[in-house]
Amino acid sequence: MKKPNDVIIRSVTKVAVVIIFTFAINLFISGHHFPGGGFIGGLVFASGLILMFLTFDIETVRNNIPVDFKVVAAVGVLIAVLTGVGGMVLDAPFLSQSFGYFELPIFGKTELATAVIFDVGVALAVIGTSMTIIMNIGDDR
Amino acid sequence: MMSSWLHIMIFIPFLFAIAVPYIYKQLTPRIHTGWFVLFIPLVIFAYLLTYIPNISEGNTFTETVPWIPAYDINFITYMDGLSLILGLLISGIGTLVILYSIFYLSKHREALNNFYVYLLIFMGAMLGLVFSDNIFVLYVFWETTSISSFLLIAYWYEREKSRYGAQKSMLITIFGGLAMLAGFILLSMITDTYSIREMIRNSTDISSHSLFIPGMILILIGAFTKSAQFPFSIWLPDAMEAPTPISAYLHSATMVKAGIYLVARMTPIFGGAAEWFWLVTGVGLITLLYGSVNAVRQTDLKALLAYSTISQLGLIMSLLGLGSASLYYGVGTDSSVYAMAIFAAIFHLVNHSTFKGCLFMVVGIIDHETGTRDIRRLGGLMHLMPISFTLTVIGSFAMAGLPPFNGFLSKEMFFTAVLNVSTMSVFNAETFGMAIPIIAWIASVFTFIYSMILVFKTFRGKNKSEKLGRVVHEAPIGMLISPLVLGSLVIIIFFFPNVLSQYLLKPALYAVLPTLADTGELKVKISAWHGWNTELYMTFGVIGLGTLLYIYLKKWYRIYYLYPDNFTLNSMYNLGLEKMESISKFITERYMTGFIRDYLVYIFSFIILVVGGAMWFFDGFSFDPSKDAPANFFEAGLMTAMIITAITVLFSKNRLTSIAAVGALGFLVSFFFVLFRAPDLALTQLVVETVTTALFLLCFYHLPELRKEISRIQFKAVNAVISIGVGAVVTLVALSANGNRLFESISSFYENSYELAGAKNIVNSILVDFRGIDTMLEILVLCIAGIGVYTLIKVRPPGRDGNEEAK
Repeated sequence: MKKPNDVIIRSVTKVAVVIIFTFAINLFISGHHFPGGGFIGGLVFASGLILMFLTFDIETVRNNIPVDFKVVAAVGVLIAVLTGVGGMVLDAPFLSQSFGYFELPIFGKTELATAVIFDVGVALAVIGTSMTIIMNIGDDR
Repeated sequence: MMSSWLHIMIFIPFLFAIAVPYIYKQLTPRIHTGWFVLFIPLVIFAYLLTYIPNISEGNTFTETVPWIPAYDINFITYMDGLSLILGLLISGIGTLVILYSIFYLSKHREALNNFYVYLLIFMGAMLGLVFSDNIFVLYVFWETTSISSFLLIAYWYEREKSRYGAQKSMLITIFGGLAMLAGFILLSMITDTYSIREMIRNSTDISSHSLFIPGMILILIGAFTKSAQFPFSIWLPDAMEAPTPISAYLHSATMVKAGIYLVARMTPIFGGAAEWFWLVTGVGLITLLYGSVNAVRQTDLKALLAYSTISQLGLIMSLLGLGSASLYYGVGTDSSVYAMAIFAAIFHLVNHSTFKGCLFMVVGIIDHETGTRDIRRLGGLMHLMPISFTLTVIGSFAMAGLPPFNGFLSKEMFFTAVLNVSTMSVFNAETFGMAIPIIAWIASVFTFIYSMILVFKTFRGKNKSEKLGRVVHEAPIGMLISPLVLGSLVIIIFFFPNVLSQYLLKPALYAVLPTLADTGELKVKISAWHGWNTELYMTFGVIGLGTLLYIYLKKWYRIYYLYPDNFTLNSMYNLGLEKMESISKFITERYMTGFIRDYLVYIFSFIILVVGGAMWFFDGFSFDPSKDAPANFFEAGLMTAMIITAITVLFSKNRLTSIAAVGALGFLVSFFFVLFRAPDLALTQLVVETVTTALFLLCFYHLPELRKEISRIQFKAVNAVISIGVGAVVTLVALSANGNRLFESISSFYENSYELAGAKNIVNSILVDFRGIDTMLEILVLCIAGIGVYTLIKVRPPGRDGNEEAK
């Protein structure tokens, strides 16, 4: 599948991946107010990883990112469920979210929302699942 | 959360079941796990004992724990005499069985953790069953007993017969359970309540309802399968593959009594109707006769006991049926005459649990000590195992209905009941009624014969220990304690039946016949000597004829072989199972062709038929283009581009071209989202399209080359018809959906997302805030799909991962 002569795509990928990841994180963080969010952020992150897979060998990437994506997906779902349960502990209905404004050292007045934690779960689940599927189908030989 | 101790008592076995594997892991093989489990039923038994004084005064107890209050399904425990008796049997005999199993099952060789987990689940389920008032909660526990008994029967799962027996019992009892559920639903439709007590209160006017008979029959099927009534009885003998403590517990004392319990519970609702009377009595009597006749021909001691259990359950069932006549007469002397049949049923239920539990345990001891249960290989054990012999005599003579054992008392009452009913003037009893005492008497003769076989073939005669290949001696004392307790109960009940009657049986009778409880008319006095009357002469006849037939058993035994094996219920069951498997295989092979194209044809035809058909049928195709905005230059351009790419997909001969075209189509859709100013959707669409195209390319490597030969004309024609049909239906649905704005759009609800969720991005706040549970379940589904793909690819049988090699 991999051709040995792909210097250009390798060089581009090394730069592009960083940009994609930054973009993914930006998308994720801005999701509460601007287009973006856990789902899209997660998918963009995953597409960055896929680019790495396509450029380099799957084994190389796997050795450099030794993450079991099945676990990532499971952790994501768990986080999402636990934020829901967290509401119940505070005597609110399951999955109620809340938000507030806080003064933080560097950022100044910042809005912090529990929904973001839920979104982290969504993002992790999306990354984990898509990577699990892609790596296994791509790796099946 | 818990509102009463009784709820806790029901849940203790379940909770402790979780702990059992840890205890097992820590302490095996130093201490037998059973010692830790033993205290649970003991505690429950002791707790239930404290209710006796209150219950015997006619009080009842109700406690509610909300479960699904929105649907009025709550875990309501209801304790009256009937449920108390069964609760005491479950926990009391449970204690004895666990004590017995400690000595019966080796702590070195057996998977005790499984055993006690299943047993505890079963025990909790049985307790829940008898104490729940809500029919759906009852159903849940009912099926839990089926499943846990399946696991228990299949305890030695490496044996094929165990698996066969377990499957059989589960197929039959769960079939019955589902029928019962349907019956319960009908019943709740009639009475408009899920509570059994409410149903009983409203029971006066339900008998004229059109669903009365179907509901009754469905519920009875559930009860009959569980209580191994004819013709569902065939599972019980095969269930004997379970370890003997299980047989003693499930198949003599508890699970099979669940059906009896249900019939008794439902008697106030259905009783008094002729259909109920004849169904319950008739099936009970047939089962009684069938079980007792078949028990005689068994050569395996446990099989003999299994058939005897079937017949005794039939006896109890028929008594409940006979007693239901009392409800027809309402209150009065007539009524109380028949009410005694119900009393006898409950009395015999208790008696049967004591003597049959004792017998099963003794048979287990014989099996354990001699290594066989085959009557033909046993004999002469009397001097070697004197205590077991005594216990067998006690149990068997009680079963045969001889004094001075408790079975005598309840059997005499059974004769009284059948004699009373044969003179009854309703339900056509004057014509068919005469048969009832005759069937009862014949069945009793056979009961006598097999009871004698059990005692004398095993313990008298020539000692054949040389065939057994081991030295036979009496069982260790620990194994004997439980049957000794039950055996002494058999005798104690005979001498002091009125104590039992006063404190337990009468409250139970009033629970079954609540109308009688209000009048308090019934004077129950059990006496061993009831004068020179027909019942006693019937008993003399049983003993006389039974002894004769037993002595000349060899002469007439051949009759059993005249009956062809092909017509037994068992072979019918086997044949049915076989046929069902082959038919379903035949059908499955017709449509599971292995070609994705075929599956897609099914799916798309279904969509065309159902969606298109529904739209057509309800005249749903309508759209109004007059309000639509005119398409501007960009939109028209995008449309044209999309059409071109779609046509490219259709006619491309190369897979890479097709995938690229499909991807391009997806990207073009995202441009539409950009045009309509939905950046979130556009982003999502873009990224999803990228990822799926990459995924396609990865799969691409593994796929075989596109084949040329799929070009037959009819093949293409079907494809064309179906694809055009799906396209047309989807287009029409989309257009109609746009044209039919029946309700106001819900989007206004989310307008204040910033105030409520602090989010300027409505889409995101809907996803994580307003409809968080949807998102949560969606990512769960996504994860499950991912795991599915993973297992499909990675986890497969060896030798089959050769798609690439095959190409």
